[in-house]
Amino acid sequence: MKPFNFTKATDQTNAVKSIKPDGAFVAGGTNLVDLMKEGISQPSQLVDISRLPLSTIQSNKSSGVTIGALAKNTDVANHPLIRKNYPLLSQAILAGASAQIRNMATVGGNMNQRTRCAYFYDVAMPCNKREPNSGCGAIEGLNKNHAILGWSESCVATNPSDMSVALTALNPKVNILSVDGKIRTINFTDYHRLPENDATKDNNLKPGELVVSIELPKLNLSEKHHYLKIRERTSYAFAIISVAVVWEWKGPSMMNTRIALGGVAHKPWRCFEAEKFLSGGLIATEENFKKAAEIALKDAKPLKENAYKITLAKRAIMRALMNANGK
Amino acid sequence: MDENTFPNDDLLDESRRNFLKKVSTVGVATAAFTFFDGSEVLAEVPEYVSNVPADAMHVKLNINGAVKELPIDSRTTLLDALRERLDMTGTKKGCDHGQCGACTVIVDGRRVLSCLTLAAMCDDKKITTIEGLAEGEKLHPMQQAFLDYDALQCGYCTPGQICSAVALMQEAKNGEASFVTENLPVKAASMKLSDDEIRERMSGNICRCGAYSNIVAAIEAVSSSSKQ
Repeated sequence: MKPFNFTKATDQTNAVKSIKPDGAFVAGGTNLVDLMKEGISQPSQLVDISRLPLSTIQSNKSSGVTIGALAKNTDVANHPLIRKNYPLLSQAILAGASAQIRNMATVGGNMNQRTRCAYFYDVAMPCNKREPNSGCGAIEGLNKNHAILGWSESCVATNPSDMSVALTALNPKVNILSVDGKIRTINFTDYHRLPENDATKDNNLKPGELVVSIELPKLNLSEKHHYLKIRERTSYAFAIISVAVVWEWKGPSMMNTRIALGGVAHKPWRCFEAEKFLSGGLIATEENFKKAAEIALKDAKPLKENAYKITLAKRAIMRALMNANGK
Repeated sequence: MDENTFPNDDLLDESRRNFLKKVSTVGVATAAFTFFDGSEVLAEVPEYVSNVPADAMHVKLNINGAVKELPIDSRTTLLDALRERLDMTGTKKGCDHGQCGACTVIVDGRRVLSCLTLAAMCDDKKITTIEGLAEGEKLHPMQQAFLDYDALQCGYCTPGQICSAVALMQEAKNGEASFVTENLPVKAASMKLSDDEIRERMSGNICRCGAYSNIVAAIEAVSSSSKQ
């Protein structure tokens, strides 16, 4: 690990003011410390934000729930307001990592976790995300776990977060503290980005910015929801494919349907067109679910080893919808 | 590696194998290593390995009820502070990357991975390690259960398994859910731990010997007896 200067932030404004261009904020450390051990991240400065008062979970003015960026994953998943009103989020968080890691990891850190692409992790391999213009080792390499949607020649990695898949479906506002001390707000669906021609950036945070909270909207979406995670072992493994689905009823018809996919792209993937199809006065049938799944994957492009993911994603969407409908 | 930076800047980043190869080529000091049988052997180690840098940070760690103050390099993990600086080798280093759970300790009542925790961030936190579970000669019920149910083979993952299981008892009492918990919207006052619940909740602790069925049995036994 490269040497770094370590300081403890006393308040959030000073934290964003004191961070250097090659510095990093640290809270849970579950991803960053590992990346530093591997030499993938080499910040010259760590600002410890873990003791800032940004971990509250409470009802907000718009009858939704605001979650501080430093709330631990365990606390979010188990908070009565989240379990009652956003069980999809609890389910997705509990699908990720292990109890130990969820006890350490924060919401903000989880949103910012880096890909687990093996070429990103192996410093002897080319990787445009780790080393700009070094090439992509995965695009012609071992890519069974890689993207099928939204990838570019620059990067075919996937976002590893489970929590972010549920949040992409629920689409809270993300409050970001800028270096000038002002808060700017963006939709969660605009937080992560596709690689295009710059794989180094996973999201749209600007240098020095800090996520301070997310605001979940009031939704009547607690009833029909499901988070399905397909992985190579039953627990403590990243998703090959994951699906978050949630909807409301309008009489017998589905409305406000949300479908988000994990393990398919550089960012958690919202299936807007499939959602629109399923929110157009349709009833919840297997046949309609199948059509929605076809729509969701119609633009998918496989790499050499991952065509199976297209079939798997379609079936996972159907199963998630059917599981939710059965609840 | 850039030869110009050799040896001081990059040596710490090298793999253990390369590190050992290079030890003989850099400035060295002599140190004694003690083997399991008590015999000592002299070995050459680079001087800086045993030195704390001049700009070291000072941390105050509350470990098993005793406060230990020590200067550390900011890069030191809690795991390395325990094992290499405080000679508390009960906590084990497995993968050192958060994938195996061997290094699990309890910080402020919650199980965490000491290999991914910077010691500098633990100032004033209450840390419980495997050494802190027994009361004198009386083993913690979870330690006793691991013996009674033969919940180990080689024993290397066991301190992490036990610390994890001890914290798990409290999580279940708090009604915290796992991925296999049914009916999430309704929070239970206290969770009953089925085998599936125990397996899911212990999935962060890998046992290379595969002693899982007896580990589950030991935890189940403690869980049932503490409910009575």
